[in-house]
Order: sequence, then structure tokens, then C-alpha cells
Amino acid sequence: MPTDAGCVSEAAVLTYNQMVVRYEDEAEIDRRLRALADATRRDIVRHVLRDERSVSDIAAGYSMSFAAVQKHVAVLERAGLVEKRRRGREQLVRGRLEALRDVHQGLDGLESLWRERIARVDSILDDEGETPCP
Amino acid sequence: MPVTSIEKDAEALTLTVKAEFDAPVERVWQIWADPRQLERWWGPPTYPATVVEHELRPGGVVTYFMTGPEGDRHDGWWLIRSVEEARRLELEDGFGASPDDANPSLPTMAMEMTLTEQAGGGTVMTIETTFPSSEAMQQLVGMGMEDGLRAAMGQIDAILAE
Repeated sequence: MPTDAGCVSEAAVLTYNQMVVRYEDEAEIDRRLRALADATRRDIVRHVLRDERSVSDIAAGYSMSFAAVQKHVAVLERAGLVEKRRRGREQLVRGRLEALRDVHQGLDGLESLWRERIARVDSILDDEGETPCP
Repeated sequence: MPVTSIEKDAEALTLTVKAEFDAPVERVWQIWADPRQLERWWGPPTYPATVVEHELRPGGVVTYFMTGPEGDRHDGWWLIRSVEEARRLELEDGFGASPDDANPSLPTMAMEMTLTEQAGGGTVMTIETTFPSSEAMQQLVGMGMEDGLRAAMGQIDAILAE
């Protein structure tokens, strides 16, 4: 049964652009995932998602040193997962929701890529021939 | 629809796609084993793939390039980890001319493909892809059992829904 799975679809182009052409975004996601691969850092992100908190406030919740917590915050900041600002002598940290949303979107992009591929495989197996576009 | 399920595990960063085809496993295996068939589905129609090398054996390499609408060329490769004819294929899927010349700014994904014969003669194809790079994957698999990220993700969803 012929299907239109072999035809050009805008979704396919978009998916391909998402996966391949946006090099820098992918590298960015990679940095974010690495930053999130640590339990303490995930915990810090959770704490600063809703409310801005000072580094010393965050550090008070852990048995590790202030310097160690500060280092974790710096990794998160480089990955774009949190942002810091100064208020007097304090450094305030806040989670960047949009960065975490990108991680989800990366998975969504991969999902559409595979949906399109499976549709093409199905079309090849179904008619064992060329699929003309309507 | 041939896709029967898609599971996204934001914690382990894997995407598992299951698809059921009305064809025997040997036939479905051909879409991977025959480079001419692979070319017909790997890239989108607007970025057709041309497979150059195709060695399905452990340590073997598959190289291909996709040609975009403006004549732009995008190189990609697979590094084959293991092969069980008509059953299973494990590989690393990367960008650049070859695994030795991988594009460092693009993620390498680990992929495991399994074919399972169905009672009625059909085939279930399962593809598990780990996103986005092999190093990140190793780190991330290590935390797979922890519920930290799941909790974080659950919280993010809740906040986004507000």
C-alpha cells in the first residue's frame, strides 16, 4: 500500500535542522547534561528553581565546604542552568527553567527523527518500490 | 502505524522506539544490512543519504553523507560495536567524516537495535538511543538508578504547567 512517507515533509526538514544544523545548541545541551550528571548539582538546581537563593544559603544545606558548593554552582552557571547576580556582599543564584526545557526538547527532536525514519522503513517494506509523491 | 511505542527516559536520557512491521526479521534486517536500502530511510527525503563504506562487523565502520537542498554536504558515520545477524546491532552514531575525525561539537549517540520475531510472522524492531554523547551517556548511565533527575524533571513539568 503506497503511503506518502517517502515524500518531503516540513517536519523532516525541521527535525534534521534540529538534530544536525544547530551544532551549537547540541553542544550546549551536552554541557547541560554533563552538569546535571551529578546528584549535588541536580539538588542545587532543584533548590533554586522556584526561589533565588544566596550561595551561602545553599551551602548551609550541605555538609561540604562553601568552596565546594561554589564550585558546583560555577559548573551549573557555565552550563547555563543557573544564573548568578550580586546583591551587596551576597551572590544570588537562580535556576534557568528554559535551559532545562531544552534538555526535554532535545529528546523530542530525536523522537520526531525516529518517527519519520520508521515511516520511511514502513513504506519501503510495504511496497518494495518507489513511492511517488502525490 | 508501525510505531507502537516511544518511551523517553529523561533520567537515563534514552529514547526507546518500538515499531512493528508486517515482514519477517530477515527482511527487516535488510534495511540495515543493505546500504542501498539504508540510504532510502536514514536521511529525510530532502537530505538523501549516500552510504560510502558499509562494514557490519564489530569494529567496522559505516560512512555516509547527506546532501541538502542547497547542495550542502553533511558527513556521518557509525562505529559498529556488535552484530548478531538478523537479531541485533549495536553502534555509535556520530557526525564528521569518520570516527577518527568526529565532529567534536556534535554529540555521538549510542544505539542498540533489536529485532524480535512475532508469532504471526511480523517483526518488532526496538531501537534504544542514548542521548547525546557516549561520554555523557557513561556518566548518565551511572546515575540511571538515582531518582534525582526524575524528581527534578517532575518538578520542572509542574512548574511549566503553572
